[in-house]
Amino acid sequence: MSETWKTLKPYALITPQTLVFLMFLVFPILMIGVVSFWEFNGYSMTPAFTLDNYRGVLTAVTFNTYLNTFKFLGLTWLATLLIGYPVAYFLSFHVPKLEWQILLFLVCTIPFWTSNIIRMISWVPLLGRGGLVNQMLLGTGVIQQPLEFLLYSDFAVVLGMVHLYIIFMIAPIFNSLMRIDRSLITAAEDLGASGFQIFKEVILPLSAPGIAIGSIFIVTLIMGEFVTVRLMGGGQSASVGKLIQTQIGSLQYPLAAANAIVLLAVTMLIIVSILRVLDIRKEL
Amino acid sequence: MAKFSRRHIIRTGLAAGAFLTATRCAAPSGTPNNPAPGPQVNTNQTKDVTLRLIGTGVSQINDIRDKAQEDLGFKFDMRALSTEENNQIAITQPGQYDIFDGEYFSLPLVVPSGNLQPIDTKRITNYDQIVSFFRTGEFKGMPVEESQGTAPFRVQYLTGPDSKEFSTTPTDYATLIPFQYNADTLGYRPDLVGRTIESWGELFNSEFRGKTSILDIPQIGIMDAAMVAEALGLMTFADKGNMTRAEIDQIIEILKEQKRSGQFRAFWKTFDESVNLMNSGEVVLQSMWSPAVTAVQSQGTECIYAPLKEGYRGWGGGIGLSKNLQGVQLDAAYEYINWMLDGWVGAFLGRQGYYSAAPETARKFMSAAEWDFWYEGKPAAEDMVDPFGKTLAKAGVTRDGGSFDERFGNIVCWNSTMEENTYLVQKWNEFIAS
Repeated sequence: MSETWKTLKPYALITPQTLVFLMFLVFPILMIGVVSFWEFNGYSMTPAFTLDNYRGVLTAVTFNTYLNTFKFLGLTWLATLLIGYPVAYFLSFHVPKLEWQILLFLVCTIPFWTSNIIRMISWVPLLGRGGLVNQMLLGTGVIQQPLEFLLYSDFAVVLGMVHLYIIFMIAPIFNSLMRIDRSLITAAEDLGASGFQIFKEVILPLSAPGIAIGSIFIVTLIMGEFVTVRLMGGGQSASVGKLIQTQIGSLQYPLAAANAIVLLAVTMLIIVSILRVLDIRKEL
Repeated sequence: MAKFSRRHIIRTGLAAGAFLTATRCAAPSGTPNNPAPGPQVNTNQTKDVTLRLIGTGVSQINDIRDKAQEDLGFKFDMRALSTEENNQIAITQPGQYDIFDGEYFSLPLVVPSGNLQPIDTKRITNYDQIVSFFRTGEFKGMPVEESQGTAPFRVQYLTGPDSKEFSTTPTDYATLIPFQYNADTLGYRPDLVGRTIESWGELFNSEFRGKTSILDIPQIGIMDAAMVAEALGLMTFADKGNMTRAEIDQIIEILKEQKRSGQFRAFWKTFDESVNLMNSGEVVLQSMWSPAVTAVQSQGTECIYAPLKEGYRGWGGGIGLSKNLQGVQLDAAYEYINWMLDGWVGAFLGRQGYYSAAPETARKFMSAAEWDFWYEGKPAAEDMVDPFGKTLAKAGVTRDGGSFDERFGNIVCWNSTMEENTYLVQKWNEFIAS
């Protein structure tokens, strides 16, 4: 009896979670897959098996949109890494007290507290034609004409994304930096390693899984992003998420579903490549 | 030990963060993404009826709901949605609403779904008071009679009580009863433009490079673009309201060219965005909805809703009945429609600058000064105050575009759902991605 229970116990424990996953993750994705083969007109969908939707997806427009999304992804990833890593490093190695670390970490989440409407409105007085930045630059004589590219441009889109998503890079890197055994660093110092050598040979390799997890967050968030792209790009920048949103808005669900499946495949591919390069299993 | 607790706290913190992120995605009950459960009707009396309305933000007004509840004795549950969400729910979730408040141009999509039941015009007391253009397609022989696109009259009637087909001649079975409508045009900042704007063509004028905007809703944006292209003589359309693929290709090419040369500052999708763009001066000339102009003005910024020589782009919304309505609930819905046409609502909307379906009934509830200003195009005899207490026009000012006849009569095209809608959306995405 107790033997049977012992074998069954793990299965019993994972059943609820498995059911939740099946119902709310696997099933919807399967449905999206099924719908992507359906036919549609302006107001209804009919179950069918057609490849027209995928033919509609594989066009030059989609290709250009993907290129644009990759551009946003690359720039945002680089910026969040270059800014996020030093922040996480500072938090974990230069802030001595745990209380302060937690407090400062919470400060990093502030951009996440505001709603999209607030963000949309608050960027205009800062970056707009008559905004603070332009006023300052004009006032100091650095420029003669207000800089137009600050708002409603690709630059603005990347800025908005970095502002919003950097916490997803900081958190996992911070976590992996905190787990580095401090005696390793002492040992390296005893062996005469310079500060740069310690960073390169000890800290960076040990925090690589954190970078990988952060990168996965950034990839998944940005590949599907459409709100920031629309608000910061002034509707003039394209992204895959925005493309799908426009199709859904026009009730073209099967076409949007086909696009979503392609997007899912592309995103998975990127994540798999990240996992091939870096082993994050140690982190979990 | 210290290390363990430190790690423990970080883990918990991360988990809490993840939880917060996850819960942010779930909308509270009663919002568009998470509709509250429907009402329960226990007894057979209209008093206990709750009617669920869906509509766009401009039509779901709490003051109207409160007054309706007070006058009619039953309850209303309103949901304000975006134009797109409104159509989506109307078509895909018929169980979620009793009354659909939508735009006429969505009807070619909503009606074939079979989710609306025809309104029996014989049960509508003031039906003959409704502006003739909606009922018969006639309006004093003015240009609006020849207007292109999904004009309300073309989708006003169904051929029979169970029909999903539009009738070209009046029948007893109406799709919608008009609620609010208006003549849209370009809005501009006179202080930043420095002269009078008289043609749609100005939107592509290089003088305003980087300072103009259009709508990022394909079905509406394309109509604005068509008005501009026609005004500039760049191209002509057989029917702007039902473009051919070749015409869509050509107009999208023109738009792409304008985008490449940096003509547009930003595109907007919601009402607030257009207000924000105009108010901040990021954009000085753009396609606008009339309440947005009012909103800009009420923040103390000068904004003119330009009467243009080519005419207006019209839009209209109305009340339709869900096919699920029956018995006492259906009676209540008819009571609501009759109440709506009785005049109080018309006057309320009129003070915001919209037009009422039945202006003559609204007149009873407006002061002579209000009527003269909003409908007759005469200078305001006194300050014009909207229902929320904001002054919209000072004494002596005249409404942009003039009287009701001058504005409504000069509508030349309407927001449209075209036969090539799918192709249009595809090309529109191409334009955005260019």
